[in-house]
Amino acid sequence: MIILGVALLAACTLIGVFLGDLLGIALGVKANVGGVGLAMILLIAARAWLKSRGRLGKGITLGVEFWAALYIPIVVAMAAQQNVVAAASGGPIVLIAATGSLVTCFAAVALLSRLSPGDATSEAFERGGSIVGGSADDELPARPIPAPAPTVPAAKE
Amino acid sequence: MLHMIEHVFVEQSLVAAFAVVGALMLFSNFAAKRLTAGRVHGSAIAIVLGLVLAYLAGLYTGGKKGVADIPALAGIGLMGGAMLRDFAIVATAFEVDVAEAKRAGLVGVVALGLGTLLPFVIGALTAVAFGYHDAVSITTIGAGAITYIVGPVTGAAIGADSTVMALSIATGVTKAVMVMVGTPLVAKLIGLNNPRSAMAYGGLMGTVSGVAGGLAATDPRLVPYGALTATFHTGIGCLVGPSILFLTVRAIVGG
Repeated sequence: MIILGVALLAACTLIGVFLGDLLGIALGVKANVGGVGLAMILLIAARAWLKSRGRLGKGITLGVEFWAALYIPIVVAMAAQQNVVAAASGGPIVLIAATGSLVTCFAAVALLSRLSPGDATSEAFERGGSIVGGSADDELPARPIPAPAPTVPAAKE
Repeated sequence: MLHMIEHVFVEQSLVAAFAVVGALMLFSNFAAKRLTAGRVHGSAIAIVLGLVLAYLAGLYTGGKKGVADIPALAGIGLMGGAMLRDFAIVATAFEVDVAEAKRAGLVGVVALGLGTLLPFVIGALTAVAFGYHDAVSITTIGAGAITYIVGPVTGAAIGADSTVMALSIATGVTKAVMVMVGTPLVAKLIGLNNPRSAMAYGGLMGTVSGVAGGLAATDPRLVPYGALTATFHTGIGCLVGPSILFLTVRAIVGG
């Protein structure tokens, strides 16, 4: 049943956010600490458990994957409600602080992905893309799989 | 007639949002294919268009929520709000390759640490360069460079004044917008093309909206991995901002 998938997703989200709130209180922080991340881990665990018992039916999968496929449109809606005017009129201190941290963090990503190169060849990785992509390009042929070369581009910093 | 159409949009706000966003994506995919010959992702164009519309709407309404401040498009606020955004992010975890995520766990933790510290230092130094000398203002602006939620949470906890808070939030929002637009441009350069680098990226960039938008515009395959680390980032920032980071700044500048 599709609703079971949606309900599973909802339950994981609620429990995760609740745990995040508890963690925030325990740490004395006025914020949710990692609630969504905990919810993701719960969902990963739930999938593994259902799969091991052979109960990961088509309906459950569809119920969850429908929402994964809506991810990009939801992000577009999110972009459309940002306070871009405030961002654009923040003045030099805002621009310098934001650009500075952006460039530094991009450089750090480059450094980390060199120190610890990953690979982009797993099947789950490909499949995940087609779901989360929401078949955004469904008239196009499947994306070409990138060559499994070590993933370090000739980056210049 | 126009009034009646508007009435339907107001009444059916979420349904109207689905239709409007769908139309926007259709247009963006068409533009990606025809105008850029597929070189730019349709979703990247859609996100940038969304930001442009948010800017125009902000000028027009004077509000803070982009197009969601226009009554007929209020449903965009619900569709792209924190509730459904987090729901969809959690759903992407269904596609995570567990083995790969586990292998990249350490990288993710290192990235989270750096992603909190580096922007804070840059933000704090910028604040000092612009003439802020008290620990509260320096910490609040530095925290804003982590994310636009960490900034005000930290500022409120340590008693920053509202001008500094506004600067702090603006810094975070600007960073989020820059991450959304900048990521697809630099993805190749920084090696962002596999689960492991996506986890490092999520931890370093932090801002959930920035990471969500940046990865969606770059490559949907990366989304679950980046989101997994990014969602811990704000919580960690709110944890260390008003505590360790503030105390350190106060020890350095005194007061």
